[in-house]
Amino acid sequence: MAGTVVWTWRSQAAAIWILIRRAGNEIVRVPGAAIPGVLAPTIFFLGLTSVFGNLRLLPGFPDTESYASFLIPVSLLQGAGFTGAATGVNLARDIEQGWFDRLLACPAPRPAVLAGLVLSASLRALVPAAVLLAVAFLVGAEWPGLAGLVIALLLVMGMGMAAALWGTALAFKFRTQSAAPLMQAGMFILILCTTAYAPLDLLTGWLHTAAEINPVTDVLEAVRQGFVGEVSWADTWPGLVTMAGLVLLFGAFALRGMRKMTD
Amino acid sequence: MSALLANARVVAELGRRSVRQTARRPQLASPLVIFPTLLLAVQVGGAGRAVDLPQFPEVNGFLDFMLAGAMVQACLMAGNSGAIAFAIDMEMGFTDRLMAAPISRFAIVLGRLAGTAMLGAFLAVYFIALGLIFGAEIQEGVLGAIWIVVVVAGSAVAFGAIGVSIALRTGTASVVQGLFPLLFVILFLSNAFFPTNLLLEPSATVAEYNPLSFIVDGLREPIVAGFSATDSLAALASVAGFTALGLALCAAAIRARAMRGG
Repeated sequence: MAGTVVWTWRSQAAAIWILIRRAGNEIVRVPGAAIPGVLAPTIFFLGLTSVFGNLRLLPGFPDTESYASFLIPVSLLQGAGFTGAATGVNLARDIEQGWFDRLLACPAPRPAVLAGLVLSASLRALVPAAVLLAVAFLVGAEWPGLAGLVIALLLVMGMGMAAALWGTALAFKFRTQSAAPLMQAGMFILILCTTAYAPLDLLTGWLHTAAEINPVTDVLEAVRQGFVGEVSWADTWPGLVTMAGLVLLFGAFALRGMRKMTD
Repeated sequence: MSALLANARVVAELGRRSVRQTARRPQLASPLVIFPTLLLAVQVGGAGRAVDLPQFPEVNGFLDFMLAGAMVQACLMAGNSGAIAFAIDMEMGFTDRLMAAPISRFAIVLGRLAGTAMLGAFLAVYFIALGLIFGAEIQEGVLGAIWIVVVVAGSAVAFGAIGVSIALRTGTASVVQGLFPLLFVILFLSNAFFPTNLLLEPSATVAEYNPLSFIVDGLREPIVAGFSATDSLAALASVAGFTALGLALCAAAIRARAMRGG
């Protein structure tokens, strides 16, 4: 038994924490790297609010003082999606540069390595969320209440994790940063093919069908509920269940990709 | 005369190279098509009921209205993409070798812009075809479609010239790539995606004077209503203005590089 490392829950948690801290260091040491994840959703939020702001005058649109309240949940999820996808791009870079091989040489269990990567993404998703919320309240978005805010941030962290798992699955498959557009486009499609711009009844053509089928619509509605109405359990649980499903699904893909790469 | 012909040949060859380069690098070409198409599809489905708003202009459908915006977005991105490719050439030393050759330095820039013009024309044809397939109508018919291709190609040259001037100044692709979010700021502050009278302030006021709005109007009118002399002339003047500005900035950047010995 000499040389065999027994990984307890505590030591696995320590390995995960070290990887989270490594990702945290990047925010402190290379703050510029966080800018694209913050800038793009903020520009889209401000731009789309001023462009489509009068859609709220349409009959059937939820009663809200400002279109910013309706749109901010989409931008929060977009910010989390971009941040999560960036984890995939960073992993692809680490694979290209050989750093990931060195990480795999350490005796930490594979799921702990993966958990460290994606949990750091879920925490980093709070950076664009904080900026976006500050901007949104400045331009007139309504306060979602404490419960609404907590649910929104929880789901934003979940989306960051799901996007990171999607990105890492692709990074393990393609092992190159050239797969970055695929990582970002996947999240872009998933988040925008929902009730992003208008409620389901006002969507037209293929997007109406897509939004009905797309499970992320439930997540978006759960994030949105506090901003455009009252928080209710009926609007919350479908979002939480969907998010758990997305994390499990993409997590299975990512773990499979990791095993294939290391076998 | 022979020098002019020689430079024209250089422009044509570099233009061909630029087109081949874009076709061979899917990471350069695909976002120009995929991203504006996705945004067009989502915006048409998501905000399509906007045509029911009382102040919305009379149109056949929201797709007809949005086509001009998608084309302008695509040619802004084409200009940026051409400038990134030019900056990569500079980083790799290819442009320096061309600068050392006995050809006009301006021909090197025009060669890249010729390629960008071809890309712009391709994007215009693509969006016209996409629109027609999904039920849009071009009120001015074939003549309108030809006009659109010409204006979009010209706009791509104009935006490309501004991008190339920045590439010449900085010599790094990452700086030119960093301009990408700025393109969306300019787009959102124009009437590319919604009528000016329905934009919220301060965007509405900015869009009214934004030269990009004039280009959008010049492209949109033949699709939704028919040619308007005022809008067409304003679009041409805008394209000419952007092109003149871009070329002037390129000339200044080339001079500055020559003085630095670059």
